[in-house]
Amino acid sequence: MGDWLRSTAAELADALAAGETTSVEVTRAYLDRIAAVDPAVHAFLHVDADGALAQAAASDERRAAGTLLSPLDGVPIAVKDVLTTAGLPTTCGSRILEGWVPPYDATVVRRLREAGLPILGKTNMDEFAMGSSTEHSAYGPTHNPWDLDRIPGGSGGGSAAAVAAFEAPLAIGTDTGGSIRQPGAVTGTVGVKPTYGGVSRYGLVALANSLDQAGPVTRTVLDAALLHEVIGGHDPLDSTSIDQPLPALVEAARQGATGDLSGLRIGVVTELSATGGQGGWQSGVMSRFQESVDLLVEAGAEVVEVSCPTFVHALATYYLILPAEASSNLAKFDAMRYGLRVWPEEGASAEDVMRATRDAGFGDEVKRRIILGTYALSSGYYDAYYGQAQKVRTLIARDFDAAFEKADVLVSPTAPTTAFRLGEKLDDPIAMYLNDLATIPANLAGVPGISVPSGLADEDGLPTGFQVLAPALADDRLYRVGAALEAALTARWGGPLLDRAPALEGGAA
Amino acid sequence: MPEISRDEVAHLATLARIDLSDDELDHLAPQLSVILESVASITGVAGDDVAPTSHALPLTNVFREDVVTPCLTPEQALSGAPEVEEQRFSVPRILGEEQ
Repeated sequence: MGDWLRSTAAELADALAAGETTSVEVTRAYLDRIAAVDPAVHAFLHVDADGALAQAAASDERRAAGTLLSPLDGVPIAVKDVLTTAGLPTTCGSRILEGWVPPYDATVVRRLREAGLPILGKTNMDEFAMGSSTEHSAYGPTHNPWDLDRIPGGSGGGSAAAVAAFEAPLAIGTDTGGSIRQPGAVTGTVGVKPTYGGVSRYGLVALANSLDQAGPVTRTVLDAALLHEVIGGHDPLDSTSIDQPLPALVEAARQGATGDLSGLRIGVVTELSATGGQGGWQSGVMSRFQESVDLLVEAGAEVVEVSCPTFVHALATYYLILPAEASSNLAKFDAMRYGLRVWPEEGASAEDVMRATRDAGFGDEVKRRIILGTYALSSGYYDAYYGQAQKVRTLIARDFDAAFEKADVLVSPTAPTTAFRLGEKLDDPIAMYLNDLATIPANLAGVPGISVPSGLADEDGLPTGFQVLAPALADDRLYRVGAALEAALTARWGGPLLDRAPALEGGAA
Repeated sequence: MPEISRDEVAHLATLARIDLSDDELDHLAPQLSVILESVASITGVAGDDVAPTSHALPLTNVFREDVVTPCLTPEQALSGAPEVEEQRFSVPRILGEEQ
């Protein structure tokens, strides 16, 4: 059984095809693992054991009948609690949606069901995806499987921790400023933010519409490509969805894994490193980064230094655009149509009920950002803040355009530090925001990015991540470079990085 | 950069329809000042000649065929409502005493 837990999704698909196991057996193994280790990790907000086993049994029947729905048919998956799931609670990590069961599936969820992947449950997250540590979840933080006293990243810490702790072979995350990639970096897993518009946002409870993007959370680059091909592609229900076919992602991952990057130009972004950037870059993060760059050079890539001068303003731009969009999106939580309703007193007016409900239902970080967004959008400040931020966004996109003329992909460390301790930055918003320094520019420009594990920092033995960014619509480049790096590093380590994570109490694997 | 006062935060909370307690106002106002101070660095970064970007990919006029498709039943649409009456959302009174 333990073997199936440690298998990649691609290996599980092969084992299912070869008749070595069944979807029910694999799904049950993961549910047992969740029961054993999730009390300590808290990656899940809701586990749907019965539903997952029924979907697994249906997959096994399809296999017997020869009517498989996709290459991943029968491989179980966990879904971040920000995507709507018909019949399963969807809370977004917030009290205001406690117990809410949506009447419809997000397109991503529908595609998972149509591809035959049993859904294990919903994963923990910072409330409405606002945060970088999962500590802003109203239901308590997720713990990093590498060290349970540390954060698993955020906002998608639940999805990353579930995959890192072998509680799921695959998961779905969402990335607005780094919420897939930064948790990937600090948990030693793979996370991909597709090109904006590459994966449907229908049924994704919006944090910031112009930045949000759902994507794969996995243990290997190939698994991410397999999952990306299931969830990606045009959706008429999302008016920002890209109306063209996805590039060949699985093929790119397989090609990259051969280890040949001849002719590829890799741009190291000066502003996203210890030498030219803001923020405190941990030395162990920088040495693992340099090591990875050297390996890519050994694989035949050419390294060029590129400068994106406006990136130093990306964080400030993001923290104006995001709160502005979020404050307007979260206006729909008004205690009228769904979610919590709090009566401050009998006979209170709709407005009083709304105010009391939003006070009781939203946590500190959500309130901070709603107030900030309300300020940035208010008359007299609009041009100075929101208007200016939108212009800087244009400059950041131009920096990307110029950089991609010199390089096929851009690279940087994914996050400036390894996982910090729970509670360490909880009441210091600016320190928390700095975690997303290197991931935010991609969201502002809509370009795709991947984080691949790059090793353990010498000073604390915790995982570090290597980020690859590609031009819009060229997601295949992420998989080619990511798979090449993964192959080189795994060969050097003598096995996957997660093999070095400590065993968890209660878990045999 | 004008510091954001406690009164201003209280006013913004009213606009955003959130009751903030005195404790919350004491806690949030200084934090918001620090955040605003740090985001103010973008003032003047982009000149008047730079066009704003509201969306990463420039798509306009996305239409679909005007055909009827299935939608939620009234029961489904009302399934998450705090209170339902006669197949409708039941809400608190809208008008104040004096209106």
